[in-house]
Amino acid sequence: MYMFIALEGSIELGLLYVLMALGVYISFRILDFPDLTVDGSFTTGAAVSAVMITHGYAPLLATLSGFLAGAVAGTITGLLHTKGKINNLLSGIVMMIALYSINLRIMGKPNTPLFGENTVFSVIPEDYFLVIVPVVIIILKLLVDAFLHTDIGFALRATGDNQRMIRSFGVNTDFTIILGIALSNGLVAMSGALVAQYQGFADISMGVGMIVIGLASVIIGEAIFGHKTVFRATLAVLLGAIVYRMVIALALQLNMNAEDLKLITALIVVAALILPKIQKSLGQKRKILERIREVNNKVENNGRDINA
Amino acid sequence: MLKINHVTKLFNANTVDEKLALSNVNLSLAPSDFVTVIGSNGAGKSTLMNVISGVLKPDDGNVIIDDVEVNKLHEYQRSQWIARVFQDPMAGTSPNMTIAENLSIAYLRGYKRTLNWGLNKKKKHFFKEQLERLGIGLENRLNAKVGLLSGGERQALSLLMATFTKPKILLLDEHTAALDPSRAELISNLTEKVVREFNLTTLMVTHNMAQAIQLGNRLIMMDKGQVIMDIPPSKKQGLTVEDLLHEFTAIKGEELNDDRVILG
Repeated sequence: MYMFIALEGSIELGLLYVLMALGVYISFRILDFPDLTVDGSFTTGAAVSAVMITHGYAPLLATLSGFLAGAVAGTITGLLHTKGKINNLLSGIVMMIALYSINLRIMGKPNTPLFGENTVFSVIPEDYFLVIVPVVIIILKLLVDAFLHTDIGFALRATGDNQRMIRSFGVNTDFTIILGIALSNGLVAMSGALVAQYQGFADISMGVGMIVIGLASVIIGEAIFGHKTVFRATLAVLLGAIVYRMVIALALQLNMNAEDLKLITALIVVAALILPKIQKSLGQKRKILERIREVNNKVENNGRDINA
Repeated sequence: MLKINHVTKLFNANTVDEKLALSNVNLSLAPSDFVTVIGSNGAGKSTLMNVISGVLKPDDGNVIIDDVEVNKLHEYQRSQWIARVFQDPMAGTSPNMTIAENLSIAYLRGYKRTLNWGLNKKKKHFFKEQLERLGIGLENRLNAKVGLLSGGERQALSLLMATFTKPKILLLDEHTAALDPSRAELISNLTEKVVREFNLTTLMVTHNMAQAIQLGNRLIMMDKGQVIMDIPPSKKQGLTVEDLLHEFTAIKGEELNDDRVILG
């Protein structure tokens, strides 16, 4: 029974992290932009929504404001990279550090409790949490899918795939990169806003390591559920975020030290990044050998032709 | 249609690597001209292409398209008039997107992109029709990812994507050089077909002298950043590789000597 409650809790929390994982999917996979802003913007979303809720604003408005705050942070990262010509990793790191101070300014203290406050979850009866929240999350996932199938969405995907090509068809890649990173961090911040409301507080350090957790969710999801189409890939990311939480819950059940969790997450990501590469290089080697055999055959045949 | 006036491009000014890639180049293309450009390594052919398309800004001189000076316009802005096929078959398409999605991106050349669906039945039908012209069966693989296509197939698709919106100017940058001979010939024939059909003003860089003679109505040869030979339509008919080599020696007082120039 205790196990089941832990599992249920991890699914609930996992659902809230889905938006963060989708954000990381957009920057990391679609735009090929490893964006570390995420560690800061997750907290920004939490901070903005928590402060607004404690000041009496409607929880839904507070959550959407969290999205906007994240999008602004992402826009600045995008500007640093495209207009400032700063390397993409570095622009994210710079923004992440800047956001630490900004988040403290927003909250005025390292922790903003929400106990007793109305949150977006207050209106949901406890038994229906695992019905309503998944529906909302799936709708948001479908919205992301739809966006990625519009003309602008196509341009965004091509930007991550082949910048030279998409520029030659008239797309300003500076714009698509900024747009993508803004959307990505908006989703991440919204996820932060939801997590803060779920756990009952926003904390200055709640975003630490978030990019790695996001990557782990994306990679685990893609490995288990595949990523042939955009629809399939976002579904995989959604499920990946939940599976990740379940793995963590399981690790805790097995009496693993909570302090080791981030190390385990890091190891999962490293393994998931390296294994496909090894697999691929082995596959390529096999293909090359096949091709060499083919070419050799051709050469022999040509020789015979000339003699004949 | 396209005018290049006194264009000069100097790379690495005031260093040991200083190189005058283009030196006071003048070139004018009439509508539906198909000009082939040959020249040895470092003659400035690629730099010329990059200056026209906006990848590089000239240090001096200007580029005029259809009576509009485009010096200040970025590459993505010039793309409303200029289409380009690159040498690398990987460069002209988006590998993780499908054939239909790639065509949809190309279809909007010169238009604003909005939140409309990138694909619908009507567009797919149109793309299928366009793909049939290539005659290599791509019309049956609309939903295949472009990354799965062979180099020749990708280059054929790139050519279609560059041309089916009828751009004012088509730039071909050694677009058959990376393919094996039979594929190169296929792309070469397709190029001739679409350029004639759409009546495109075309500038094609090639290392292959035979191809330069076979295609187009006008031929220019570049050397050390300058146009040293400009063979008009009247004289291009009946031109042979020997004529070209002879002409080169007469102008430069030396033999044309470059491994990469294919005499064909």
